[in-house]
Amino acid sequence: MIQYSIRRILASFPVLLGILIATFVLARLIPGDPCKAILGEKATQEVCAQFAERYGLNKPIYVQLGIYMGNVLRGDFGTSIRFSRPVTTILVERLPTTVELGLAAMTIALLVGIPAGIISAIKRNSILDVVTMVGANIGVSMPVYWLGLMLAYLFALVLKDTPFWLPPSGRLSPGVTVVPFFQVFGWPVPEAGFWRGILDFIARLYLFNSLITGNWTVFKDALTHLILPALALSTIPMSIIARMTRSSMLEVLRLDYIRTARAKGLIERLVILKHALRNALLPIVTVVGIQVGNLFAGAVLTETIFGLAGVGSILFEAITARDFPIIQAFTVVIAIGYVIINLLVDLSYVFIDPRIRLE
Amino acid sequence: MTSASAPISVRAVRDYRANSLWRLTLRRIFRQRPAIIGMTLLGILVFCAVFAPVIAPYDPEAVLIGVENVRRREPPCIHLLGCPKDRPQHLMGIDGNVRDVFSRIIFGARISLFIGISTVSFAILVGTILGAISGYVGGWVDLVIMRILDVLLAFPSLLLAIAIVTVLGRGLQNALLAIAIVSIPVYARVVRASVLSVKENAYVLASRALGGSHFHVLLRRILPNAIPPLIVQGTLGIGTAILDAAALSFLGLGAQPPTPEWGTMLGTERNQVFTAPHLVFFPGLAIMITVLSFNLLGDGLRDAIDPRLKQG
Repeated sequence: MIQYSIRRILASFPVLLGILIATFVLARLIPGDPCKAILGEKATQEVCAQFAERYGLNKPIYVQLGIYMGNVLRGDFGTSIRFSRPVTTILVERLPTTVELGLAAMTIALLVGIPAGIISAIKRNSILDVVTMVGANIGVSMPVYWLGLMLAYLFALVLKDTPFWLPPSGRLSPGVTVVPFFQVFGWPVPEAGFWRGILDFIARLYLFNSLITGNWTVFKDALTHLILPALALSTIPMSIIARMTRSSMLEVLRLDYIRTARAKGLIERLVILKHALRNALLPIVTVVGIQVGNLFAGAVLTETIFGLAGVGSILFEAITARDFPIIQAFTVVIAIGYVIINLLVDLSYVFIDPRIRLE
Repeated sequence: MTSASAPISVRAVRDYRANSLWRLTLRRIFRQRPAIIGMTLLGILVFCAVFAPVIAPYDPEAVLIGVENVRRREPPCIHLLGCPKDRPQHLMGIDGNVRDVFSRIIFGARISLFIGISTVSFAILVGTILGAISGYVGGWVDLVIMRILDVLLAFPSLLLAIAIVTVLGRGLQNALLAIAIVSIPVYARVVRASVLSVKENAYVLASRALGGSHFHVLLRRILPNAIPPLIVQGTLGIGTAILDAAALSFLGLGAQPPTPEWGTMLGTERNQVFTAPHLVFFPGLAIMITVLSFNLLGDGLRDAIDPRLKQG
């Protein structure tokens, strides 16, 4: 197991290296002069020369790449050209929104998708099965941003003045403030640095922060703001998980050991959940891993629609403003997250199916 | 024996013809309900695209100020549903620039079908070449090509497409290229897998022994095996390509106004969702129906062509 994990982790290094180089090259390929994009078309040559000196843009490209790689390994992503602030600080501010949105969407997708797939498989060809699969087919074909807008219209306007009303944008209502958990608990925390960054990151996961500090007003407010974007973002993974669960369960349910389990008088619930589902899990876990990556892409659209200040929306802004450091940092973080998720998926195979360990 | 052989052989030929691989596949396709629904929807879309100038009551880019008594962002007016007869009929309402939304949706079918088919054809072409070389040559060539494709796959496709469009510049043509580039790895992998699975088979070695060139063996003996999975993957890929292209246009990176592209239509009017929901509803519905038709057809084709991959 340990050997397998180490081999698998080592194998992901070349891909990570490739991602670093690819993002660096891609960011440099974006046409236009960042100096003029930031300081305006009227920026003089001297000002631009100073600008290039300050951000190291006047050095040969391979030197820039070398410096960049060294800095990234130290966790330093440089300073945003547009906002003149360290990229790591912006990451700490923005990433929690996207993480919370992604986790909420994935939770909805799993909680609805897996049971829907199981029921569909057990009641094959029933009206329930047909409805679920038609729903899943529509779900994968729907543009996320369209669904988001339609949900906002329905819940914020049509259902206005009903208990089902939900806010169409933002992360918290105006006037609602979040007190970081470390302040509530009176922890002595450093002013800046790595650990402060980690604590800030956790405190900005509003749902988690308000949950552990017991601030129910903030919790309820953050939750109502999160429901619509998470629902919109969850449809595609939910549909794909439901379809995969159904087909994987159908495959397993016709095997001999299921018949044996039933023949020896085991109750149906145990047959389904313990014997069938566990063996059907492998392909389901694989698609869940793939869908995590797609959640990030979906986040760009969902965050734009719902006015959420997350990674997706800033990445889009940074691309249009040619803010190299932000583009590089955020793409690298997203891609690394994707690689780590796939690594975890691969490692989870060993727990789900112990036979893989032997190979 | 000899007298009976003639009728039997005729029947055998007929049976063989009736059961040839393509006919069997076709028959299986027509037994798949999703495939039939997908083909029907697609048929309607193709009809709309081909006969758009006949079906659409207005020019998709014509501004109706001074032509008719209509206001900006007017909701749909359908005479059958009780809209006064003296008002001009607009099935899907009027947009922010006082144009007929229904006509724009109908013409949009042309653009969306073109987007889907052109990007996927390009991606299949390049993907097939890369996958075939990778699988057939093997060794370090395989390693290099596959690692580069792995890096491409490590990025969520829409994000990569956004980045590529930023490099190439906004516009429909560049958006198409970006989406095509992003989808190359999938087809390259499909072709590589097919090549690897048959490369060492006796009939391939025999073809080599008979003096067939590498090119001949690859093109005539090996690649035909990749056609069925490519058809399935390609059909499903068209849906994804249309969805991604619409998303790029929605973000303002793809087709530019006044092009009647559904994603652009949605993007330009998205802030009006509370005041004029019809401007958001109809383009989105059109995208969904188009993507759905390709997905249903793709699912049906997969079940018919390769029952082992059946989704149940």
